Amino acid sequence: MDIRPKIETQNLNFYYGTKQALRNISLACADRRVTAIIGPSGCGKSTFIRTLNRMNDVLLRTRTEGEIWLDGENINAPGIDVVELRKRVGMVFQKPNPFPKSIFDNVAYGLRINDGRNRFKIEEVVEKSLIEAALWDEVKDRLKENAFSLSGGQQQRLCIARALAVEPEVILFDEPCSAIDPTATAKIEDLIMKLKKDYTVVIVTHNMQQAARVSDFTAFMMLGDLIEFDKTETIFTNPANKLTEDYITGRFG
Amino acid sequence: MKKKKVVQFIGFFLLRVSLYVVLAILLLFLYDIGRKGGGAISWEFISQPPRRGMTEGGIFPAIMGTFLVTMVTAVLAIPLGMFAAIYLNEYAKQTRLTRIIRLSIRNLSGVPSIVYGLFGVILFVNILKFGTSILSAGLTLGLLTLPWTITASEEALKTIPNSYREGALALGATKWQAIRTNVLPYAIPGMLTGTVLGLARAAGETAPILFTGAAFYLPYLPKSLSDQFMALPYHLYIMATQHHAIQQVRPLAYGTALVLIVLVLGLNMTAIIVRYRMRRKRRW
Repeated sequence: MDIRPKIETQNLNFYYGTKQALRNISLACADRRVTAIIGPSGCGKSTFIRTLNRMNDVLLRTRTEGEIWLDGENINAPGIDVVELRKRVGMVFQKPNPFPKSIFDNVAYGLRINDGRNRFKIEEVVEKSLIEAALWDEVKDRLKENAFSLSGGQQQRLCIARALAVEPEVILFDEPCSAIDPTATAKIEDLIMKLKKDYTVVIVTHNMQQAARVSDFTAFMMLGDLIEFDKTETIFTNPANKLTEDYITGRFG
Repeated sequence: MKKKKVVQFIGFFLLRVSLYVVLAILLLFLYDIGRKGGGAISWEFISQPPRRGMTEGGIFPAIMGTFLVTMVTAVLAIPLGMFAAIYLNEYAKQTRLTRIIRLSIRNLSGVPSIVYGLFGVILFVNILKFGTSILSAGLTLGLLTLPWTITASEEALKTIPNSYREGALALGATKWQAIRTNVLPYAIPGMLTGTVLGLARAAGETAPILFTGAAFYLPYLPKSLSDQFMALPYHLYIMATQHHAIQQVRPLAYGTALVLIVLVLGLNMTAIIVRYRMRRKRRW
C-alpha cells in the first residue's frame, strides 16, 4: 500500500508571547494511518496538535511561523477559511467535553451549525456516527437524555461521534484517555484503530504503551523539538536517538 | 482540650455571632417597618391616589410610577448591559485598554447615585430635551444600573467552561455560532439574575429621579413617557421629611416603605428563584 502524507508541517515554529513552544517541526502524518506524538509534559505535543486545526488561533499573543500543508494546501495562508478547515480537521479533547444538551443534540450539533436543516438526514448521520463511535448500542434507547448522564468513557466516545458527524478527513486526539479509566481506554483504543480505515488520525498521548498499541508512526518530542520520528515499531525497538531510548525505557519523563 | 481545638471553637463562634448580629438587625428592621406600616396597608392604600394634601388616600400613582420607570430602566439596561458584557468577555482582546474599561465600569458602580441624577438632568432633561419625565428618570436609572448589569453578565459568561466554546469551534462553528448556541443559552439565566438585582436596586433609588422626573404630588397617572410621575422612594422621602403634617402622615410613610420593600424583595426573590432553578439544572 502506498503511503502519502495527509497533513504535513514544514519548519513549524510556535510562540506563546516571547516563549518558543515549537522549534522547526517538520512532520508528515500519513493518510489513513495513526500518528502518535509522545514526549514528557510541556514538550509541546498538545501545542503541536492544536496548530493542525488552528485551535491556537483563539489564544492571545501567540504566533505561528512555517507551513502546514493539508492535501498540499497551506492552512496558514491568508485566504483559508478556518471554519472550513476545522470541519475537515476534527478534534477530540483531553477532558470529555459534552455540551449540556441531549445525547442526540450533541452529535447533531455540528450538522445543525453547518446549515444542515434536514431532520431526516440529521437522524441518519447521528445514528451512523454513534455506530461508528461504538456507542450506539449503549445509548440508542436514551438519545433524549442529557449527555452528562453518561459515564466518562461514554462521554468521550460521544465526543468522538460528535466529531465524526461532520465528516472530517483528519481527527486529532489530544490525550483522549487521560481522564478516563482503563476499560474505557481500551474501548477508545479499539475505536482509534478502526477509525484509521477511513480517517487520518493524529494522537497525542503521554502513555507510551498506548502509542505502541494504536499507532503506525510515532514522533518523540522534547522541549519543543522533534527528536525522532519513525515507524512506531522502530521507535520502540530500535530508536536512533539516545534521548528517545532513555524516554521509552522510562529513564526520565 | 488541645489549643488548636480551642482556637477553632473561638473562630466558629465569632463567625456564627457575626451572622446572628446581621440577621437580628435585618429582622428588627423588617419588624419595625411591618409593625408601624402594616396598619396603613389596605386595598384602598394600594389602589387609590393620595387625597387631602396626601394626609389620606393611597399611593397608587407612586406604585405605577415606580413600575413604569423601572420598565424604561429595564429596556435600556438589559439589552445594552448584556451586549456590552458579551463583547467584553467574548470578543474584546484582553489588552490593557480592555482592563482599564472593565475597571472603569466597576468603578462606575460605586459612584453616588446623586451624581447620576445630576448627570441625567444635564444629558436627558437639558441636552436631549426629554424634560423632567418618566423617560429621563428611567434612562438615568438605566445608566445607574448598567455597571451592575455588565459586571453581573460578565460574571455569568465567565462561569461557562471554555471547553464549550472550543468544542463548538472544533466542529466548524463560527465564533458567533459558538457563542449563540453554546454559551448564551447557559449564561442567560445568570445574566438575567444579575440584571434583575440591578433593577431592584434602581427601583428603590431616590436621588437619580429627584431632578429628572419624580413629582411631589400628582393626583393622576402619567399618560405618556414624557409626563412626570410619582415614585415610591421619592414619595417616602417626602412623607418622612418634607410633609407639613409630618406626625399625622407617619403611618402612611411606613406603609409606603413597606410596599417598597415588598416590591424590591419580590424582584430579588424572582432573581433568586431563577438562579436556584438554573443551578439545579446545571451539570458542569
